[in-house]
Amino acid sequence: MTTVTKERPTAPGPELPTVPDSRRRLRPYILSLPALLVVVGILYPFVLGAYYSILNYAAANPNPEVVWFANFASVLADSDFWTSVRITAVFAIAATVIETVLGVGIALLLNRSSFVGKIFEKVLILPLMIAPVIAGVMWKLMFNPQFGVLNYVLGLGSSFDWLSKNLALWSSILVDVWTYTPFVAILVLAGIRSLPREPFEASEVDGASWWYMFRRLMLPMMWPYILVAVIFRFMDCLKAFDSIFVLTAGGPGLATRTLQIGAYEDSITFQNYSRGSTYMFLLWIIVFITARYLVKVLGKAQRRAAGAEEE
Amino acid sequence: MAELMPGQKRLTPGAVISDIALVGWFVFALFPLLWMLLLAMKTPAEQTTTYFAFSPTLENFVTVLTQRGTDLTSVDFKSALLTSVINCGGAVIVSLLIGIPAAYAAGRWKFKGSEDLMFNMLSFRFAPELMVIVPLFVIYNEVGLFDTKAGMIWVLQLVTMPLVVWILRSYFQDLPEDLEQAALLDGYTRRRAFVMVALPLVRPGIAAAALLAFIFAWNNYVFPLILADTNASTVTVAITKFLGGGGQAYYNLTAAAALIGALPPLVLALSIQRYLVRGLSFGAVKS
Repeated sequence: MTTVTKERPTAPGPELPTVPDSRRRLRPYILSLPALLVVVGILYPFVLGAYYSILNYAAANPNPEVVWFANFASVLADSDFWTSVRITAVFAIAATVIETVLGVGIALLLNRSSFVGKIFEKVLILPLMIAPVIAGVMWKLMFNPQFGVLNYVLGLGSSFDWLSKNLALWSSILVDVWTYTPFVAILVLAGIRSLPREPFEASEVDGASWWYMFRRLMLPMMWPYILVAVIFRFMDCLKAFDSIFVLTAGGPGLATRTLQIGAYEDSITFQNYSRGSTYMFLLWIIVFITARYLVKVLGKAQRRAAGAEEE
Repeated sequence: MAELMPGQKRLTPGAVISDIALVGWFVFALFPLLWMLLLAMKTPAEQTTTYFAFSPTLENFVTVLTQRGTDLTSVDFKSALLTSVINCGGAVIVSLLIGIPAAYAAGRWKFKGSEDLMFNMLSFRFAPELMVIVPLFVIYNEVGLFDTKAGMIWVLQLVTMPLVVWILRSYFQDLPEDLEQAALLDGYTRRRAFVMVALPLVRPGIAAAALLAFIFAWNNYVFPLILADTNASTVTVAITKFLGGGGQAYYNLTAAAALIGALPPLVLALSIQRYLVRGLSFGAVKS
């Protein structure tokens, strides 16, 4: 009996004869049922939100009618919406790129395990574990032109305004970089540490340069880890809300009005639920398409990295 | 240039430059925290007038946590802390009770619909929160769940459930089935084999998932911002209220509150540092 199970470890294992076959086949479903109910419970408001987007539902109009695509037409024709799309895109791309470059750099430097690195590695995750909204509060105090410490330390005087129309978006990106660069760094560092040592030792013996080894060996093998970090960061940046909301609440003007902040204004501030839901539905489509594309790229990279490790 | 892999311990120019670059990052990363600590220890008179030279006091922390702070700023921070603990603890317990069986099923057996369920869970992680909150805001107001802890625990499942299920599935997948088979051969029932064999072996995974879920629930801001008011509102919302509290600026109190609110996640995170990477990547990166 034992030998049989060893030969076929993945096949359905032995059971007590008292357990009927039908019950055994149902077991995974029974175990998953509560979780499935939670999923349904969360999908319900989600679907309801999609339904709102074809109504004219607002606090001022409690008995809505179906207006089909009128909301989409009006939102898509609104230049404020496209400003939000642009701001969201700039925020997501800039923050993800900066965080990835810095995170990979920090991971490479920490991987050398110098004395300095070993000390810092312990505190690397601190900013990441602080609530984004608290990070926003902290930086808002530091950005303050009059008493904020940044202008003092950097010698910018008391008239330099970090949250002015031109700078607010980049200041928000700076806060995001401060919070989330450690996320990329610890993921990539864990990836680097799991790489096999032999290829590097072999090419070092061959006299390969640092740059050659980095580009031809490390980068291809590390790529899946970097991509996992990029996917998480990019998707989260598309729905950035917390830190921007406390920093600027979307302003000045429309300067930092990301899509989620736009949706918040429409649905909570102005209580136009249908218009807010339309915003969210459009953002959801963007997120969905991006996610599918990035996951496909990740799959390709994982297969290639597996090939590189075998070489 | 510095070496790519650890090993050499020579003091080359490359090594020195690398260390300087590292110090640069950590000055940037740690300075805001240090500055908050300083600001939190200033008196009201010093909060806007001095930068580094002042007579430090711990009074702000006391003020924030007592009635005096509430009278001053109309923010009841102590009860917000308690609410955060109840909301997040409740959400994690519900997620564990419901999520562990589902994670076990998905990790142990291939069955129809399993991948769909898992993918749905993951999509919650990436869905824009407001898509769900706006309808929930309407529903909660209708059924009386608005500004209740039960309502918060329910909506926090969006944060905690995907984490728990995905992390634990990866742990259950790594668990060799032979161990449970052996227990079954010894006459254990499936349920006993699960409780006595499988569950203890993934205990580190459960602890990591639970603590990480707690951290993310604690750090959440949008849900209590929109779906709670005075009754079920949490630390993150309370901290932002200090900024505009009572028309007057209490920056030193804001800083003290921010530090208190940031402390639980920091302490918990440092205690599960070994499992953090796997948790943060939903099991995608194992270290």
